[in-house]
Amino acid sequence: MSDLRKTLGLHVGLLLVLLALNWLLPAYHHGNLARIMVLASYAIGYNVLFGYTGLLSLGHAMFFAAGMYGMGLTVRHLGWSPAPAVLAGVGAGLVLSLVVGFLALRTTGVAFMIVTLMFAQAVFLTVLYFGEYTRGDEGFVIQQVDRILLGIDLTDPNNRYLAALLVFAICLLATFWLVRHRFGKTIIAIRENEDRTRMLGYDVFRHKLGAVVISGSISALAGATYGLLFGYAGATFASVQYSIFPLLWVLLGGAGTILGPFVGTLFMFYLIDLSSEITTAYMLIAGVTLVLLTLFAPQGLMGEVRARLFRWLP
Amino acid sequence: MTVLRTQGLSKSFGGLEAVRDVDLSVPQGQVRALIGPNGAGKTTLVGLICGRIEPSRGTVSFLDQDVTRLPVHQRIRRGMGYTFQITSVLSNLSLRENVALAVRPREKSEDVVEGEVVSALTQVGLVHRIDQHAGDLSYGHQRLLEIAMGLGQRPKLLILDEPTQGLSEGEVAAFNSLIRRLAGETTVLLIEHNMDVVMAVADEITVLDFGAVLAEGTPDEIRKNAGVQAAYLGTG
Amino acid sequence: MDFGPYLILASLEGAVAASVLALTAVGLSLVFGVMRVVNVAHGEFFMLGAVLAWFVASSIGGHPALGFVAALLVAPVLVGGLAAAVDMTVLKRVAYDPERTIVATIGILYIIQQVTLMTYGPDARPVTPPFNTRLAIPWFEFADGRVQMYWPWGLSTTSYKLFVIAAAAIMLLAVWLMMTRSKIGLVMRATQLDSEMAQAFGIPVERVYAMVFGIGCGLAALGAVLIVPIQQAHYLMGTDPLLLSFIVVIIGGLGSLPGTVIAALLIGMSDGIISVFYTPTLAKILSTLLVAFVLVFRPQGLFGTRERE
Repeated sequence: MSDLRKTLGLHVGLLLVLLALNWLLPAYHHGNLARIMVLASYAIGYNVLFGYTGLLSLGHAMFFAAGMYGMGLTVRHLGWSPAPAVLAGVGAGLVLSLVVGFLALRTTGVAFMIVTLMFAQAVFLTVLYFGEYTRGDEGFVIQQVDRILLGIDLTDPNNRYLAALLVFAICLLATFWLVRHRFGKTIIAIRENEDRTRMLGYDVFRHKLGAVVISGSISALAGATYGLLFGYAGATFASVQYSIFPLLWVLLGGAGTILGPFVGTLFMFYLIDLSSEITTAYMLIAGVTLVLLTLFAPQGLMGEVRARLFRWLP
Repeated sequence: MTVLRTQGLSKSFGGLEAVRDVDLSVPQGQVRALIGPNGAGKTTLVGLICGRIEPSRGTVSFLDQDVTRLPVHQRIRRGMGYTFQITSVLSNLSLRENVALAVRPREKSEDVVEGEVVSALTQVGLVHRIDQHAGDLSYGHQRLLEIAMGLGQRPKLLILDEPTQGLSEGEVAAFNSLIRRLAGETTVLLIEHNMDVVMAVADEITVLDFGAVLAEGTPDEIRKNAGVQAAYLGTG
Repeated sequence: MDFGPYLILASLEGAVAASVLALTAVGLSLVFGVMRVVNVAHGEFFMLGAVLAWFVASSIGGHPALGFVAALLVAPVLVGGLAAAVDMTVLKRVAYDPERTIVATIGILYIIQQVTLMTYGPDARPVTPPFNTRLAIPWFEFADGRVQMYWPWGLSTTSYKLFVIAAAAIMLLAVWLMMTRSKIGLVMRATQLDSEMAQAFGIPVERVYAMVFGIGCGLAALGAVLIVPIQQAHYLMGTDPLLLSFIVVIIGGLGSLPGTVIAALLIGMSDGIISVFYTPTLAKILSTLLVAFVLVFRPQGLFGTRERE
């Protein structure tokens, strides 16, 4: 069987299993998995930049938040219906990532990390500053009446799960397609050796900017979806913590692998879920995991699987 | 036709002029060697030609067009090929992908890309390793892969920076014959320390010393040039 | 209150903030300067200094000054020791790779913060200052054709605040003397210039790194001990100092101690003054954006040129 068949089979297979789980899972885990799929979409967006382009951003929460508030604020203050509101969210993420990318990509390495962190912090503070509209830390609820998309009530757990799966599938297959094509292969080459890639005749800056925009827009789509499906937008989602999470998920699952973001999000979600029953200091788990991963498994779970078992994994 | 021409090309770092008023003219199809003692400014000159370094003065024209203001990737797209002095193949990617990356900027169809990849790897004798990771190759083979990438670009001007450094004798011989085969269709600018290679493959030699052109001529002329001998022996 | 006295008050508050900030930022700058790594957990070492100060001070009875002095001696040393241990167990093992160090120190940030939450709890607790005399400040007014001195209501500071400023100044001087005049400083500077060369000349680079990391974090802890009598100790108090230290270190030029101190004074004072007149949120938005733009448009003097692999 060719590698393409195998990988396509694997990914479509995963999506089918997730679909089947809609009717099999008990309510609690059903709800969790819906959440995980949306957060994994966020991680997929992050992975485009970190895993495939080799750019470590510490500020992706600004894109997630751009999506969430782009959707939430248009619903709340302009009375938009969900479909255009989600589009507005993605658009906000796209514009923001274009601007931030254009500026931040003038730097590299550690400076890039700090610049993205600072921009995200500025966005977070802006959300607080305009508390009159955003209700700051407290956030606001998106009413049930506003969460009906094309006649489908997204507050219904079943519909919500399927919508989450749809968004996840789009993100997963889009990146799957991306890394098999010219643009994706070029950003991978940039990750491997930027200078060499430039000397082969590629406009490195434009490719990196493209990667930031794709990554930011996917993150924004995830943010808008999250707000819509779970009916809430709050400043926490713009905080540093939500920039660290996708890094953690992707590192855990395996940077530069298609399935890594999902695997990492799934593991981390349940780790934190289980530990939060025991202690309020559940972020301790995140910290310990980060340190252990950097020390012992920088390739993450899927990265190790690829290195040891299946070299064909994309 | 002149493929590459520099006029008054100069670069100073701080107060030091690393390259001074270099006028270079390389006609189509020629293998031109660029030699000189360490620190003569060869690497800086090449950097100026392909746009990795911005000149303090002077111009670079390529295929009769002024490219002095063009960024690196646009010069490459117009037909410059450059292989690194220190091997910098993409070691986590396959040989196929390494060469394909070199071909793609000038070729839209992936099928054609694949064909050219195979042909470039065949020319350097690495085609049987096409699916291996570049990082798994020996040093000498990585240098050959660099050259295959250079070929994949199908450049009008191929700049080779110290290509035989670290190669075994047999590999050097294979390299020489490869360059001779290329000569005629591809113009080559060769920066090289190994004088045997230079004498064997170059049509013409430019000698650089203290950032300026010291002499220019056929291998025979250069061999007899007293100034060059002095520069190399350090008695000048 | 009139504008004049108000400005004096704001400047005094700013000066206190600036002194503590200078200590904290110099610690961060020292670590970056010598080791070329960014310590994202720096703010948590600051917080740990404050929390330890509370533990020490509250476990010692008698006059508040006793507990405070004990805290001033014990907390920075403990924090420094812990940091050195972190350096040897974690940072050394990622070979001080810039990006992996950042990720690892993010992990350490959460570990310190959350362990504090589990042990010390979510409350904010004060440390009693050793002395705290209120000092009224006079103001001059031009009225009826002559200068009059009067004591505006609310225009005052405390002896303790003045002590903080003095103590920070003395410590900064000590750090400067250590770096420029002592053998340890010489060794550090040699390591900063070229760690491989230093190693070749028999400097125990690993031990120097552990020591620098310890001193850097210890300085943050010292700043925190000085500030707990004014602000209370809380497990989330590390975020602001971290952010402000970043700002200071980046504006001041990384690794440059005089630059860091000047930037700390500038940022600390203006932050103090601005937040008296404007909302602190707006001031923070502007300063974070400022840092981002400095890094984008003037990176060469700040993070230096990044070496390519």
